[in-house]
Amino acid sequence: MREKKLNRQDFPIAETRPSKVKGKRGIALSELTIEAVLEGTVDLDDLQITPEALLQQAEIAKSVGRKTLSENFERAAEMNNLPNSEVMEIYELLRPGRTESMSTLLEEAKKIRTEYQAEKLAKFIEEAAEFYDKRGLFKKRF
Amino acid sequence: MSSSYQSNRWRRVDDWDDRPLRLDNFAVEDPDNGFSAFNGKADPKPSIGLKAGKITSMDGVMIEDFDLIDTFIAKYHMDLDIAKEAMAIPSSKLARMLVDMNVPRTELTRLAQGLTPAKLAETVAQLSAMEIAFAYSKMRARQTPGNQAHVTNAKDDPLQLAADAAIAVALGFDEIETTMRVARNSWSNALACCVGSSLGKSGTLFQCSSEEAEELEIGMAGFTSYAETVSVYGTESAFIDGDDTPWSKAWLTAAYASRGIKMRCTSGAAAELLMGFHEAKSLLYLEARCLCLQRGMGSQGTQNGGIDGAPLASSMPGGVREIMAENLIAVWLDLECASGNDARHSESDMRVAAKVLPYLIGGSDLICSGFGSILKYDNSFNPSSFNGEELEEFLVLQRDFEVDGGLTTVEGSKALSLRKRAIDALAHVLHDLGLASTTDEMKKSVAVASGSNETESFKPRDVTLISEKIKTEGVNVLDLIKSLHTGGFKQEAENLLFLVKLRVSGDYLQTSAIIRDSRVVSAINDPNNYTGPGTGYRLSEQRKEELAAIRDVLDRDEVLRTEALGEMAEMKAIRYKLLGKAEIGGDRLEVVVGISPAFGSKIFKTLAGHKLSSVLKALKVGIVKGGAVMRLVKFWHTADTSFLGLSAARLSGSGIGIGIQAKGTAVIHHRSRLPHNNLELFSNAPITKLSHYERMGYNAARYCHKELPDPVIVPTKGEALGARFHAKVALIYAIETSMTNDNASPELLDFTFLEEQT
Repeated sequence: MREKKLNRQDFPIAETRPSKVKGKRGIALSELTIEAVLEGTVDLDDLQITPEALLQQAEIAKSVGRKTLSENFERAAEMNNLPNSEVMEIYELLRPGRTESMSTLLEEAKKIRTEYQAEKLAKFIEEAAEFYDKRGLFKKRF
Repeated sequence: MSSSYQSNRWRRVDDWDDRPLRLDNFAVEDPDNGFSAFNGKADPKPSIGLKAGKITSMDGVMIEDFDLIDTFIAKYHMDLDIAKEAMAIPSSKLARMLVDMNVPRTELTRLAQGLTPAKLAETVAQLSAMEIAFAYSKMRARQTPGNQAHVTNAKDDPLQLAADAAIAVALGFDEIETTMRVARNSWSNALACCVGSSLGKSGTLFQCSSEEAEELEIGMAGFTSYAETVSVYGTESAFIDGDDTPWSKAWLTAAYASRGIKMRCTSGAAAELLMGFHEAKSLLYLEARCLCLQRGMGSQGTQNGGIDGAPLASSMPGGVREIMAENLIAVWLDLECASGNDARHSESDMRVAAKVLPYLIGGSDLICSGFGSILKYDNSFNPSSFNGEELEEFLVLQRDFEVDGGLTTVEGSKALSLRKRAIDALAHVLHDLGLASTTDEMKKSVAVASGSNETESFKPRDVTLISEKIKTEGVNVLDLIKSLHTGGFKQEAENLLFLVKLRVSGDYLQTSAIIRDSRVVSAINDPNNYTGPGTGYRLSEQRKEELAAIRDVLDRDEVLRTEALGEMAEMKAIRYKLLGKAEIGGDRLEVVVGISPAFGSKIFKTLAGHKLSSVLKALKVGIVKGGAVMRLVKFWHTADTSFLGLSAARLSGSGIGIGIQAKGTAVIHHRSRLPHNNLELFSNAPITKLSHYERMGYNAARYCHKELPDPVIVPTKGEALGARFHAKVALIYAIETSMTNDNASPELLDFTFLEEQT
């Protein structure tokens, strides 16, 4: 069962729970030493935040009344699993006039929902598509 | 001469025309055309329509007419559990709550979650500039104030970037921002600043402002640790013209967090007006929309307060108050605020200092969102309010008001050694990673250079090649750490590793996070708890001492040391011989010159730098020319000019005496006059020349002949002599007064000039 939600007292988590904070490949913060870097056992993934850490930050933000920040961290937790290229591709599609119909965005939403279980992000894209349509953003810009 | 009376213009206006202020543009208020700080023609009245737990209208717009911005704000910013309660509070009451120290910050930030843009704008518009400043200080999120530096140069020279980044860290900037002259140089700039900012201590956050997608890629490679150029706009057309939407920007906001990179959005007054899409709405209302958007997007903070639009905003009546007001909305919305004070809004130093003062004394998360730590011409963002040129002014303002602007003086030799080490570190990395080679001449020229005009280093084209190589070869921060370590820059390698490890926990993604003493300090563990005197941010004794320790501070020992240097010269120039107690003279054509206790014994030069022997000589030449003789008397009972003069006059056979202090202040007196009603006075010793002393001697002699000569006027150019000299005056005068002895008799002195004076 999930432990009690984090709050102000758990901040900063790098100090309050150094052995539980881990990089993308599961190496704890305390093990990311200069020696390990020099030996070549550390790669960029080890310096990546995890969905778990982002969700913990979301809990802390929520506990101090910052709901919107907390929701951003929740979206970020999902996005954490998307490759850089996917993140950039969707960003590009969300810019005005990048696509002439909403279907492109809806397909992206479907893709990340199934491939990365990114439910919140998928909904966010679908919602954007709906409002872009309403405001006439799906038209070619020169 | 004759034509000057025929002018049809007061020539004072010509003087005003010559001042830098007159280079500034000023514009009339014109609400129809978007030129209004607070009262846009089309500004809506605050309102909220709620039905069955849903918004049906907001600020006078029905839901079916919502544009993308209204839609996003209604969906993501407005907390409907709070909206009903918050919107029902009159804005006049909210305004009072903002300045009431008994209303906690957290209560106001809670209510803000249910306030519409028009309501927020209407509320803060009711506050005076002083009330806004106070409310800002109370409402800002993090208790400890901070500051951010620009580190750029006109050549995109990486060696200079590394050196200047190291200096910015040493000065205490919490964040460093760079950008490029040539867009393709972004990777090189990022790498160079990254290396430079690893010197001295760990945890200075760094960003490279570039095109949105590239900026994120540079962040993903680990070179940068934050971003703040995610711009938002207050009208839909401006937003789309800026090639984004609230959803695309919210996507980026999440993207940065998902990679463990701190970010804040950017918005500032008059951006929409500059872009031509103002919708006849006021600067403040459009900013309120921007800020609600940013909170809705889940950005932890904002770079806000005019920013690039600051000069345009400031051209309008009330423009600077508006900039303060929008910053207040930002912190009321519980956002970290990097409060502008960057793009220089005026050519007038006075306007610039006046604008920054509320933030300096009230504190801000980042007082400047780009203090130019480099010279103006090297600032690739454009000159800031404060730049390398004005850095010491900022340090002194901190000291004057005993306020923490985040900066600390860096002693000169330390600065130079830091620069050299930063340059060596970067040169090593460039060589080690096969990116470029550096010569000793390049390194030396950069180390001592104040700006890029003085360097013989990399040129923009060289930098482009370095930059492309970094990008195509996929160099990342781990390569830098390894390279630094193997090159002997072990502490720098550790510091850089510390910085990238921050992204694993994400602690610094929380509101208002900076790193101090290798710890994340944010609005969570350092919340602004201001509730009146004795609360909120207070300076520690240690910090006060740091702020006081600016360059070249006088003390008594320093004055005595300087005087001791003058003593040797005076020993060669004049010999004094004591002849015993001075008596009243009988010569009706004598001028008694009375000197103060320290004159020629502890103090040897006037404030103007004249040797005292030269002054005595000038007086003597004048007295003789005027047809009198000079008798020199040393007084011990007083060091006051008037009493020196009067006492000299009372000993004089003619009744005329000159009193002179060691610092050069001199007076002609007559024995029958009241102490402070003298014949002539030189009160401005620092600008009194030897020729003036000679003429004083001459006049004194002519008074002996019962004439009334033209008084000698020492002309002033309006120098602030008090500022230039009073600290020294007080120290010198204290030396004089400490030597006085009420009961000691005046002594007659013989004096011989030992060398011809030039």
